[in-house]
Amino acid sequence: MATVLDAGEIGRALKRIAHEIIEHNRGLENVVLLGIPTRGAFLGERIAQFLGEIQTPVPVGTLDITLHRDDLRLRPPRPLLPTLIPSGGIEGKDVVLVDDVLFSGRTIRAALDALGEIGRPRTVQLAVLVDRGHRELPIRADYVGKNIPTAATESVKVRLSEIDGEDSVAIVAGA
Amino acid sequence: MKKHLLSINDLTAADALEILNTARELAKISDGPVKKLPTLRGRTVVNLFFEDSTRTRISFESAAKRLSADVINFSAKGSSVSKGESLKDTAQTLQAMGADAVVIRHGASGAAQRLADSGWISASVINAGDGTHEHPTQALLDAYTIRSRFPEFRESFDGLKVGIVGDILHSRVARSNVLLLTKLGAHVTLIAPPTLIPVGVTDWKVDVSYNLDSIINSVDVLMVLRVQSERMADSFFPSEREYSRGYGLDLARLNSLKENAIVMHPGPMNRGLEISAESADSHKSVVLAQVSNGVLVRMAVLYQLLGGAALAGEVSV
Repeated sequence: MATVLDAGEIGRALKRIAHEIIEHNRGLENVVLLGIPTRGAFLGERIAQFLGEIQTPVPVGTLDITLHRDDLRLRPPRPLLPTLIPSGGIEGKDVVLVDDVLFSGRTIRAALDALGEIGRPRTVQLAVLVDRGHRELPIRADYVGKNIPTAATESVKVRLSEIDGEDSVAIVAGA
Repeated sequence: MKKHLLSINDLTAADALEILNTARELAKISDGPVKKLPTLRGRTVVNLFFEDSTRTRISFESAAKRLSADVINFSAKGSSVSKGESLKDTAQTLQAMGADAVVIRHGASGAAQRLADSGWISASVINAGDGTHEHPTQALLDAYTIRSRFPEFRESFDGLKVGIVGDILHSRVARSNVLLLTKLGAHVTLIAPPTLIPVGVTDWKVDVSYNLDSIINSVDVLMVLRVQSERMADSFFPSEREYSRGYGLDLARLNSLKENAIVMHPGPMNRGLEISAESADSHKSVVLAQVSNGVLVRMAVLYQLLGGAALAGEVSV
């Protein structure tokens, strides 16, 4: 297991993403952050924290995508995770989806479907802590903490202090 | 969770809480403008109803449709059952049509079990009421309704006092509720005239009272059951009026309930018999919430039974 990002690097990457979100959207008036549970939700909170420190607080929520997955029938039923849409809604907003690892792109496809059920944002952007490649769908991230080339057999393990007790990103060799 | 939902005994307390939590998440999603989810696209749910039902059938139909499943409604009236077709032949017909889940209501206790164990069909079987035996999704939606009214009992019903009053003997709703509520930690008291208390009640983890007035001011939840005239071949009480006087929830009894207590009824209500109109329409009554929660809970059950792979094995994430 090789650690590729430590706590300091994760913090700096998220802070840089926060700056990029402000730059790209020319401010934060219309921005809503939606983290994809489990770890994307914590990353969303952290980016929102940085945005608040740098400029102004933004609405932040979570979006569970379980019911929209395309691999539901390949696995046992999964528990649903919380969806919390900020009170202002997402209609006409610039929604930034936040996830920990961008891999096949299927999670994001499901997230786009789930969003469509809630409303019609003006734009949807994607922020990820790690882009590990191997896309199976035409999806890309707008904000990337770190690009990490991996083999398809490897897996990327993101640990966050909120649930794992520490911040780290590691590559684990495939079985 | 098992493949079928035939009885509350098929569920562990953790399974039940999982269903209730799933229903709660579905409730949040259902507040949005689009009520339909793609989750069960391409799956077929058959509602196989040998007994009359309004609530349960449309509740299951609506739950399946909101998850994008295809729904086939089958009621015994107007089908070949009235020409004498057996349960076996009916079931095999459904199998040939490719049903993924069969929701069955039948007048005979154990009909759902028979269908599940028979090998006639490969679909998941959901018991929507079999005779005087069980009605597990009703108990789940009642537990969901209680949980949403009493946030302090969200994780466990420890300390919650529930009174179930009425025709316990014929009530599958009471049976399923006793099993589920006690599994989740509630203290249940059954209240009925002795003739409407089942013989085996001593094996249940409940108290029994013949006097509603003596305990009405101590319960958090009062569940009023329908007097099931259609299942009563003998007379179990002298007259409807006398039943109503002893066990009906009238205005005086409603007022002696605790301030934050709730009144539940599985429907359909016999207004004026087991529950007065004032009680049914009071702010303590959660009868309509029970109906709308029923759709959410049934969506959760369908998701748990059909949402994943047929074989629940360990899969790496």
